[in-house]
Amino acid sequence: MLGFIARRLLATIPVMGVVALFVFLMLHLSPGDPATVIAGDYASPADIERIRAKLGLDQPIHIQFGTWVWTLMQGDLGISIFSNLPVTKLIAQRLEPTLMLALTTLIITILVAVPMGVIAAWKAGTWIDRSIMLFAVVGFSIPVFVLGYILIYFVSLKAGLLPVQGYRPISEGVVPFLRSITLPALTLSVIYIALIARITRASMLEVLDEDYVRTARAKGQLEWKVLIVHALRNAAVPIVTIIGIGVALLIGGVVVTESVYNIPGLGRLVLDAILKRDYPIIQGLILMFSFVYILINLAIDILYTLIDPRIRY
Amino acid sequence: MASITRRRFGVFTAAAVALGAAVGLSAQAAQAETVLRVIPHADLKNVDPIWTTAYITRNHGYMVYDTLFAMDENLEPQPQMVDTWEVSEDGLTWTFVLRDGLTWHDGTPVTAEDCVASLQRWGARDGMGQKLMDTVASLEATDEKTIVLTLSEPYGLVLESIGKISSNVPFMMPKRLADTDPFEQVPEIVGSGPFMFSQEDWVPGSKVVYLRNENYNPREEAPSAAAGGKLAQVDRVEWLYIPDQTTALNALLNGEVDYWEQPPVDLVPILQQNSDIVVEVLDPLGNQGMLRMNHLHPPFDNEKVRQAVVAAVNQETYMLAAIGDPEYFDICTSLYACGSPLETTAGADLLVNPSKETAMKLLEEGGYDGTPVVILQATDIPVLNAASLVTAQTLRDIGMEVELQAMDWATLTSRRAVQDPVVDGGWNVFHTWWIGGDISNPVTHTGLSTGGTERAWFGWPDDPKLEELRDAFSKETDPDVQKALADEVHARALQVVTHANFGTWFNPVAYRSNVSGLIKSPVQFFWNVSKN
Repeated sequence: MLGFIARRLLATIPVMGVVALFVFLMLHLSPGDPATVIAGDYASPADIERIRAKLGLDQPIHIQFGTWVWTLMQGDLGISIFSNLPVTKLIAQRLEPTLMLALTTLIITILVAVPMGVIAAWKAGTWIDRSIMLFAVVGFSIPVFVLGYILIYFVSLKAGLLPVQGYRPISEGVVPFLRSITLPALTLSVIYIALIARITRASMLEVLDEDYVRTARAKGQLEWKVLIVHALRNAAVPIVTIIGIGVALLIGGVVVTESVYNIPGLGRLVLDAILKRDYPIIQGLILMFSFVYILINLAIDILYTLIDPRIRY
Repeated sequence: MASITRRRFGVFTAAAVALGAAVGLSAQAAQAETVLRVIPHADLKNVDPIWTTAYITRNHGYMVYDTLFAMDENLEPQPQMVDTWEVSEDGLTWTFVLRDGLTWHDGTPVTAEDCVASLQRWGARDGMGQKLMDTVASLEATDEKTIVLTLSEPYGLVLESIGKISSNVPFMMPKRLADTDPFEQVPEIVGSGPFMFSQEDWVPGSKVVYLRNENYNPREEAPSAAAGGKLAQVDRVEWLYIPDQTTALNALLNGEVDYWEQPPVDLVPILQQNSDIVVEVLDPLGNQGMLRMNHLHPPFDNEKVRQAVVAAVNQETYMLAAIGDPEYFDICTSLYACGSPLETTAGADLLVNPSKETAMKLLEEGGYDGTPVVILQATDIPVLNAASLVTAQTLRDIGMEVELQAMDWATLTSRRAVQDPVVDGGWNVFHTWWIGGDISNPVTHTGLSTGGTERAWFGWPDDPKLEELRDAFSKETDPDVQKALADEVHARALQVVTHANFGTWFNPVAYRSNVSGLIKSPVQFFWNVSKN
């Protein structure tokens, strides 16, 4: 297993190299020039050229790429063109809100979706199953921003229970943190609850018809033991897979939720950077996202072996 | 166990009371900290107001820095950091003496040498500064508080330049920072203004914090636009950038923020339904829309064709599409900001009387041959997006072929710099706007520059006569002659058609009713603003 993990981690190096080259070329060959954005409406062409020279954007593209890779190899993601701050600092400022939002969403999702899926499979064909599947269809269909605004309207503006926007770090206290994260996490988790509940139900239905489940029941096992110990464990591989994919999507896909609730997370950072053509931030973030995805996939692969001992690498 | 004597008890009680009072006072002081929470119009992405012309960085500059002169509400320059000043009889030597008691945020005193370095850095970047520096023979500090500016020839806009209200504003910085290459950002934000920038609290894309400068030495005059006494009435100002407009609306309605700098006009009715919210226009000059044509390539290398476009522009159509509510727009047929001292309609017949028939006639006279017109359409800025669509239809209505090319503003800013023919990535038309403070005279109005591909603004009109008139205006010191020259510039600009004006609109601000003291000005300031 250790050899497998080491091989997988080593394999990230060429993958990251390809990602780096692709991202760099994609950005630098697409239209838009940060120098013109910086220069503003009053600058002369000569001013713009001087700004481009100061930023190194007048260099041939292979030189720019080489410079970037060289700084990367020194563990430096570069300096933001606009704010003049290190990209690592900007990412660090935004990491906590995004991670906490993703983590809270994940906890809510697993706590709600897996039991819902198990119950739906257990009560397949009944009104309980249909109700859960109706919720899943609605939850999957409703756009995140619509749900966000609906929750804000009723919970914040009408009932005055929670703030409309903003993020309070956990260092400012658990209660302010929970008050700020509850609505965004609920909003974001609905779609994942719907997705994972459906997958759990389908996966459970497959194993509930298996002989060993029938045998367990025939032996007089308690029903909850049959469901959790015998069925769910065997149905877990696709569920873990979809949760893993969900986590990966969560890390980069929270931008809408972050915008609706004004959470200063990574999603908004990358969006702002794209709109301004702040190349070092975009490059740094995409590299980081790629690395996180690779790690999540690795974690899922390791989890498979724990859930299903038959799986070996 | 030691017994407690009456005296000991008295001392203990007194100490307890004193401690309690101290705790109470500090709690009261903590409670008394007033924080003004503001939703700014944009995110503060960079903090050097000389390095960039972004309006949000200019507004940040006004929080942190001070200026030698500043514009009052009549757009007249008034002394700010300067105490006294005099001009030699020949108008060539200007002597400025700084006020007493000016200090930088790091505690060091403001010196004339700092101000000289700051003016030189500004003069290397700002268009109006460059024009002033062209006539400067020397600029020096003759003692700790005296700055002497010597000109090589008379110049009529010395105070207007160093007191200019909008980007790039000549903000004063310590010499060690002002010596930074003008094309690089200053490494540290140290000013002498009414608020101090809190570097550690700055989260680009989210939050900027300013703390009251307890050592600020305000002027005694009442505040008037950028001029007068700058009294910081709150302890802390927080700029909370909320890009989503619905979220910003909800935050203001819910009392989570106090002030919204630029609510969109279509959300104003919702705000007005709430009795705790005040909506008003603070900028008396508003914004003026500009339809810019590229003079380098057909069909707009032809003066008659450009005039045809001006004749076709119906400002009301543009404003109804882009703004909607007539309370927040005006028809303005001056290229200078309407309401500014030089407002004029000299030579503006085509703008005053828009006519499709006149436009078609001019198009025919210009020999328009069906060359397609490429309009750069900035879809991420609603006003410019609407203006692009109206222009496309307007030009089609007079018989022109039109191609709209949709893109975001960042792409547009690089596309518009391309001087190549349209088939090689060039362009024919784009839209933008200026705040009134930027276009109050022929020199500050960059759109009136006609120095061709070398010196003119994007679109590159080339008209030596107009440049001569702008130069004459800048060197004229008699206000009446200056006004006449401004009229001549205006008429000439509309004859050669530097651009068309597609209307003026006013961005309202919205704030909670417990906020007061807002200053009417083309730029929004946060001194004098208090919160109950």
